Amino acid sequence: MVAEASVSERRLSIPNNPITGVVLAIPAYFAGVWLGNLFGLNDDQNTGVILGYVFATAAFLIGVGFLNYPLERLFGWDVSPVSVPNENRGIGRFFRLSLDHKVIGMQYLITILIMLLLGGIGAMFIRTSLLTPDSSITPPGQYIMLIGLHSVMMIFITSAVIVGPFGNYLVPLMIGARRMAFPRLEALSFWVVPPAAVILLAAIFWGGFPTGWTGYAPLSEQAGQGMDSYIVGFGLIAVALVSSGVNMLATIIGMRAPGMTWTRLPIFVWGIFTTSILGLLAAPVLAAALVQLALDRTTQTSFFLAANGGSNYLWQNLFWFFGHPEVYIFILPAFGIIMEIVPHFARKPLWGYRTAVVGLFGVALLSWFVWQHHLFVSGIAPVLRPFYMLSTELISIPTGIIFLVTLGTLWRARVWFTVPLLFCLGFLFNFLIGGISGVYLSDVPTDVTLHGSYFSMAHFHYTIMGGEIFALMAACYYWLPKMTGKMLSPTIGRIHFWWMFIAFNSTFFPLFIAGILNMPRRVSVYNPALQGLNDWVTISAYFLFGSMVLFAANVIYSLFFVSRPALANPWHARSLEWQVPTPVPARNFERVPVIVAGPYDYGDPNARPVADLGGLVGATGGG
Amino acid sequence: MSTFRIEAADRPHAIRLAIIWVVLSVLGIIAVLQIQYPPYDQTVQGQDQSRTLALLTAIATPVFIGVVILIVYSAIYFRRSSPELVDGPPMKGNTPVQVVWISVSAIIVLFLAFVGITTLATNSSAQTVPGQSSSLAGGTAGNAGSEMQVQVIAQQWYFTYRYADYGGVETTHLYLPVDRPVELHVTSLDIIHSFWAYQLGVKADANPGVDNVFHVTPQKTGSFQVRCAELCGLWHGQMSDAEGQVVSQSDFDTWIAQQQQDYAAIQKVVPSYAPYYFPVPLTKGS
Repeated sequence: MVAEASVSERRLSIPNNPITGVVLAIPAYFAGVWLGNLFGLNDDQNTGVILGYVFATAAFLIGVGFLNYPLERLFGWDVSPVSVPNENRGIGRFFRLSLDHKVIGMQYLITILIMLLLGGIGAMFIRTSLLTPDSSITPPGQYIMLIGLHSVMMIFITSAVIVGPFGNYLVPLMIGARRMAFPRLEALSFWVVPPAAVILLAAIFWGGFPTGWTGYAPLSEQAGQGMDSYIVGFGLIAVALVSSGVNMLATIIGMRAPGMTWTRLPIFVWGIFTTSILGLLAAPVLAAALVQLALDRTTQTSFFLAANGGSNYLWQNLFWFFGHPEVYIFILPAFGIIMEIVPHFARKPLWGYRTAVVGLFGVALLSWFVWQHHLFVSGIAPVLRPFYMLSTELISIPTGIIFLVTLGTLWRARVWFTVPLLFCLGFLFNFLIGGISGVYLSDVPTDVTLHGSYFSMAHFHYTIMGGEIFALMAACYYWLPKMTGKMLSPTIGRIHFWWMFIAFNSTFFPLFIAGILNMPRRVSVYNPALQGLNDWVTISAYFLFGSMVLFAANVIYSLFFVSRPALANPWHARSLEWQVPTPVPARNFERVPVIVAGPYDYGDPNARPVADLGGLVGATGGG
Repeated sequence: MSTFRIEAADRPHAIRLAIIWVVLSVLGIIAVLQIQYPPYDQTVQGQDQSRTLALLTAIATPVFIGVVILIVYSAIYFRRSSPELVDGPPMKGNTPVQVVWISVSAIIVLFLAFVGITTLATNSSAQTVPGQSSSLAGGTAGNAGSEMQVQVIAQQWYFTYRYADYGGVETTHLYLPVDRPVELHVTSLDIIHSFWAYQLGVKADANPGVDNVFHVTPQKTGSFQVRCAELCGLWHGQMSDAEGQVVSQSDFDTWIAQQQQDYAAIQKVVPSYAPYYFPVPLTKGS
């Protein structure tokens, strides 16, 4: 304490927290607007708004405390306490810049769940206005704004919903490390997400943006200042993807404990590894396209304007060259979660571990060669279409491997039917439908009729919501006992699963039929013959929203109202993250663990415990 | 482990699953083939799409049923019966099973790709071709082959149709004669739209400065609906027209003569016929 006081004497005594950040961000925004309006001529204030958002984000990050460490090093001051792990367990650590990967994981989880709620409310507004086949409930302008906000908000979430909370929390624990390779970069990958969400929602004050999440130029160049929110918000998410990707790769490659060979790596870590490669390589393409769009909108360049020698195909190609790996950024960690959780409840080794890793890499590799299937009807060179049709359909093979490995793990198992396992099985069913419907869209003749219809919309909701969000729920029920020290109620959990599973399928399966029957995406006016179908879907969507409310209620009830303290290893799992005490000590391991066995060696009476933890008594292993 | 054989412990499960799978798959395939798949048979291209939808569904059905019964079967038969925790058999993998699974999925995928590519390559296929047609650019519209040339001009928020073979008359509804191949040239004046004539089995993006060519051959008379299928701003949802018609050749001749007469005055002020309907400089498609 004495040392700390003497440190603060020599530093500016501004408390570093998000409130300081917001206080700094507001004047910074207006400074940016002023500066932009000074230089940007005849551009409808777009330069000002973009600079305002960028300045505000920078000021927020400075207020949170990102400049302290570089400045302290620059001026030769003592390093502030935040840069060393400490035993501070107060609630306040979640509201400040923290370099503890466990705190960052929890900060990510809370932020993402709040954003999920906001995006879900947007979906409820959309479904409500679809109760009637005309635009009597929502005027067209507001409807398009809702479409844009819901889609981009959900893309922000799904980019980080597993890597952010669970990747950051679990990867160091799973590989036997005390921290991530670059803790400041890890913190940055979180702290840009709240500004991104706020900037996106700021589009409401400009009337939103009309393009949905694809941002197709030249519509995005015609759009008002709300489009600038899309550019800066999405740009911040690109920053988060790159910084988290490079950090995860460096951590997994460089910080594994002794004995943690590549074949002993938990499969979830492989999922994070492959998704990080994609994030690191794909997000810069998005950032480049966004910069081009910003230049087109502010300094009157013409990257995407055909009239002045540009091409709108350039945006489509750049966007989907990012966008298709992006959807595998969503799903690869979800595959990792499913294959990670199933062996622990099947009480069997992961069936075909090496094949599973090959499957993950196969998906990651092929995802770079398929993007033009989004452009089948756009007028691309016809000779390219057979190639993209084939490459897209080839992804079924590595995806099939994921199913084979999971089903092989369940084969002749002694399945312990817990809530996480239920969500894993639900994932398999939903993702199967999502995957099969993807084949319809990859086939050019059927894509001509299904492209841009509710069929494709139902397809990606089956893969993202039925896939990734179900995996998220499995992960929450499985790992929250370790992260919070409390068990979630299994009774409410079971009700939650069946409610969500039935409501989800009841919401999205009819949309395949609506798509085949001529209903285009993103319209508030549709064929009155489809009103019955749409009303059914809307009511199901309300129930689906209700199931998410039930999940939130279960978390609040289990954490704050009944105290069911979780054991260190409530699932009797072998893997390393369950061998440390709950709550996890600030430095994770008393000393660096030595890994002596794989995480899935169930059923082998001679299997050794997974690691030599040196003094800490681990919970039960296999057998 | 080198040859594919079923172990004794697996045999009852495998036999049971195989019987359930075969029975349900046969029933499922019969059921899904009873369905009439949109976009039905108003055009040759639409019929191709209906057939491909039926084929894909017939192939997807046994795959879907197979995986679902594996999930459900595991949930029922491989559930732990004892109250205390017991481990399952330590099976770490089975190379022949993996080889069979991957081979079967590869065969299905390659077969689907083969069917898709051959459908695409045949002349009746539903395909968009970015403009390479010299018939329009050379100003010899109507003389090249028997395909009727129609330009679809999209703008916020409606479509206009220009009949190259009939002096470039512009109309607000699309009428097509039956049994005559049509070459649609889809372009846009402002931003990206997508010309979707659902019953015709036509969907082609309208890009500014690009001539996106789509071939269609109506084979039945009747009305069809036109919609925009690419988000194009405020009134995207209202960018539709339910009054498209496929009519007999004689009805079409009467109709087009009427249009030429009605729009003669306007026709004088619209720009002369060009493949892109777009201010210079023109950009070649893709």
